[in-house]
Amino acid sequence: MTATVADAPAAPVSGAPIPPKKWGAAIALGVIALLSLIFFGFGTPAGSTTRFVIARKTDFIQLPSLTVPSELAAILLSLVGLALAGWVAYRANQRRKVGIWLPIVYGMAIMGALLTWAGAGREATSIQLTGLLTSSLFLAVPLVFGALAGTLCERSGIINIAIEGQLLAGAFLAALIGSMAGNAYAGLIAAPVAGALVGLLLAIFATKYWVNQIVVGVVLNMLVVGLTGFFFSTLMSDDPSLNQPIGLEKLPIPLLSKIPVLGPVLFNQNLLVYILYVAVAVLQIMLFKSRWGLRVRAVGEHPKAADTVGIQVNRTRIRNTVLGGAVAGLGGAFFTVASGLAFGKEMTAGKGYIALAAMILGRWSPRGALAAALLFGFADALRVQLGAIGSPIPSQFLAMTPYLATIFAVAGLVGHARPPASEGIPYKK
Amino acid sequence: MKLELRGITKRFGDFTANDRIDLVVEPGTVHALLGENGAGKSTLMNVLFGLYDADEGEVLLDDEPVVFDGPGDAMAAGIGMVHQHFMLVHPFTVAENVMLGHEDVRGPAKLLDVEAARAKVREISERFNFNVDPDAVIEDLPVGAQQRVEIIKALSRDASLLILDEPTAVLTPQETDELLGIVKDLRDAGTAVVLITHKLREVQAVADTITVIRRGKVVGTAEPTASQEELASLMVGRAVTMRVDKEPAKPGETMLEVDGLTVVDAAGIVQLDDVSFEVKAGEILAIAGVQGNGQTELTEALLGVVPTDAGNATLDGEVITGRTIKEVLHSGIGFVPEDRTEDGIVASMTIANNLILDVHDKAPYAKGGALQPKVIADEARKHVEQFDVRATGIDQTTGSLSGGNQQKVVLARELSRPLKLLIASNPTRGLDVGSIEFVHKRIVAERDSGAAVIIVSAELDEVVALADRIAVMYHGRIVGIVPPDTDRDTLGLMMAGAHDEEEAA
Repeated sequence: MTATVADAPAAPVSGAPIPPKKWGAAIALGVIALLSLIFFGFGTPAGSTTRFVIARKTDFIQLPSLTVPSELAAILLSLVGLALAGWVAYRANQRRKVGIWLPIVYGMAIMGALLTWAGAGREATSIQLTGLLTSSLFLAVPLVFGALAGTLCERSGIINIAIEGQLLAGAFLAALIGSMAGNAYAGLIAAPVAGALVGLLLAIFATKYWVNQIVVGVVLNMLVVGLTGFFFSTLMSDDPSLNQPIGLEKLPIPLLSKIPVLGPVLFNQNLLVYILYVAVAVLQIMLFKSRWGLRVRAVGEHPKAADTVGIQVNRTRIRNTVLGGAVAGLGGAFFTVASGLAFGKEMTAGKGYIALAAMILGRWSPRGALAAALLFGFADALRVQLGAIGSPIPSQFLAMTPYLATIFAVAGLVGHARPPASEGIPYKK
Repeated sequence: MKLELRGITKRFGDFTANDRIDLVVEPGTVHALLGENGAGKSTLMNVLFGLYDADEGEVLLDDEPVVFDGPGDAMAAGIGMVHQHFMLVHPFTVAENVMLGHEDVRGPAKLLDVEAARAKVREISERFNFNVDPDAVIEDLPVGAQQRVEIIKALSRDASLLILDEPTAVLTPQETDELLGIVKDLRDAGTAVVLITHKLREVQAVADTITVIRRGKVVGTAEPTASQEELASLMVGRAVTMRVDKEPAKPGETMLEVDGLTVVDAAGIVQLDDVSFEVKAGEILAIAGVQGNGQTELTEALLGVVPTDAGNATLDGEVITGRTIKEVLHSGIGFVPEDRTEDGIVASMTIANNLILDVHDKAPYAKGGALQPKVIADEARKHVEQFDVRATGIDQTTGSLSGGNQQKVVLARELSRPLKLLIASNPTRGLDVGSIEFVHKRIVAERDSGAAVIIVSAELDEVVALADRIAVMYHGRIVGIVPPDTDRDTLGLMMAGAHDEEEAA
């Protein structure tokens, strides 16, 4: 018996379960590619062209814009999507998975078909690729911070529904302090404090009083909506100097920002976006490679096991929830000082909940959170762009796309993603 | 390291779990702590390990008094504990679990030194011949290997006193023998080992000293040469017979026929794999096997709690698979679930109400949509008396009863319908000896009255004592069906998956 133990997991035992073939992904991708072929491919007027603008006039390196025959391009791109769906089916038949490249290439193909169709035959307008990518990243910023906050909390076992409230609190305090100091950076420093306070409340109710974490989270969201709304309509409207539209200036990074297409998208941003890059990288490494990360994950999976090796379960959870709140609060600064806007009532508009979806789609990892948030940001940016060029799709439907994407993403594509085993369960000795 | 406990007392509310317990463990010995379930053994060790605070008494290590604020302190002092329910983080690797809580770091960024942890696992694993791969993920490992990981965890922080809490509960007989071998090796290497158990054979096999605990008190010590009967009577407080009195079975017509039953769970894992067998009226089929090999799924599939993916089951000629639980129950099946506090009773409801959970909507208990309290109370009093439920009254909440009395309530409810088939999962788990005898007697009585009976038990002793035939399950399959006088080694091999050709009886 002993001799077989080391290789036991790999060795097929009689009666060992064979995982069933999973066709869901292949079918979903195939159906979408087929619809794309029918609507975007054959639905494009023959003979028309679509113009993609790759560089902006202000860019350092000017690239010529790209004009393609719309129908042919849309059909080809849809066929690429169909082929990829076929590949997924082929792999599923062998019970094997596909690489991360596939959904990315697939998404680009179908999105390309959609853009080609939308821009077909509009000589006066063109598809602004750089602009699309820039606004994708821009719109993804609060989602990334929110999803990082969720990841930090849930990895330690606390469900953080209050991300929405933490974003809103961060946005409010950033605007208030920034306006008072007359300096947007002061707002940037204040934002995480507001989020951390909301996180602290959540942590106390969750670990000391064992209140249902989802209920507390929703209540905290309501509380922040109420409080910020109150101060907005009293304090801020009495003295408009307390709510000024001040913004963080862009800090282009020398050389890097000159790279065509990606340069201006990634490296001509304000400080908050650079903090985002660092936060994702640092948290990814810390969570999976550091002592702190190992302990946090142990607490979220099996708190009693962590306790029996001398790790303070509730202290870890409180610390993580406060830290998560601070991260979400920082993300809240996006809405005010990072966008150059004054604070407005409920201006976060549900982004905190979409951030939760990004966290799940990103499988509770910072890297995944970034990718998922970018996807949602892209869907949002697409809506804006298509609305601007006057696409045939009603803008209400476009406005729904990120939320539809969320439902599909959360329900279907991550069926196998496993949340931390002990999330939402208070640790009682 | 020498450990001494002096007058340890621990109370939970009115209940005294440990009452002035004294204990001395010498280095390089195996000290068995013997007692029934609920005698207070685990509580005592949790006090020692710093998980509970003692109300009175003191702990001395090498004659120095110590106070532990938490498990961290206990481990720092050289005490390691292997808990009954393993304290392993399932998605982590062996190395990650072993280093958790005292991780080495390296480099300027102070990242985890996984290589050091791997080396440590390999070193200990080789020293004691454990054969554990440091990079294996815990959830992929068999239970026996997980337990060795727990021991590595304790040894990796230089434990000189190792507490093993009911270490064999989840092991096959062969894995148990291996573990006892490891315990001997550890002792010979100078480690003091405290073995908490209620299994007499293990105690006799390895213990140097035996302390018996009953109802939270030390009731005596014994030499390892003491006979099983002596140990058992010390443990229980009176003379006990180690077997169940029953007449030979008089099997009648085939009552339950299961054909190719297959269950695939939500994660796509085959939990029950093409299981076929039959049970005759008036016989007990006991299902043996290490926990988690499909026994739960089998009983729940028969009841209809778990949907089946293939195959069917017929009870007395009628197909019962694919029907609602209510229909199945009223077609003549009694079901004693394996976790009585979770599935057997509604803890916050009264005994009387728990007794009519299955018939609450039927006359005479309900009329015109209203419950009939008088009828229910009369019926409840009858059952409480018949099944010897020790309670202050029928209005006592069921959750406040002892485990044995809760189980009697479950039995009273399930046996009050006319039964063709009784399914009981681990019906005596966690019960005192008196209750065990009672439950066994009722089960045998049900058989003798002509019902078919299926008993699932993780305790081989119980299986052998009750069974007319034994079916052994492994990885969702029935490995074989054998007569009850099959020797333990054969049963043990079958429980570990060895195929057995002699499908006798």
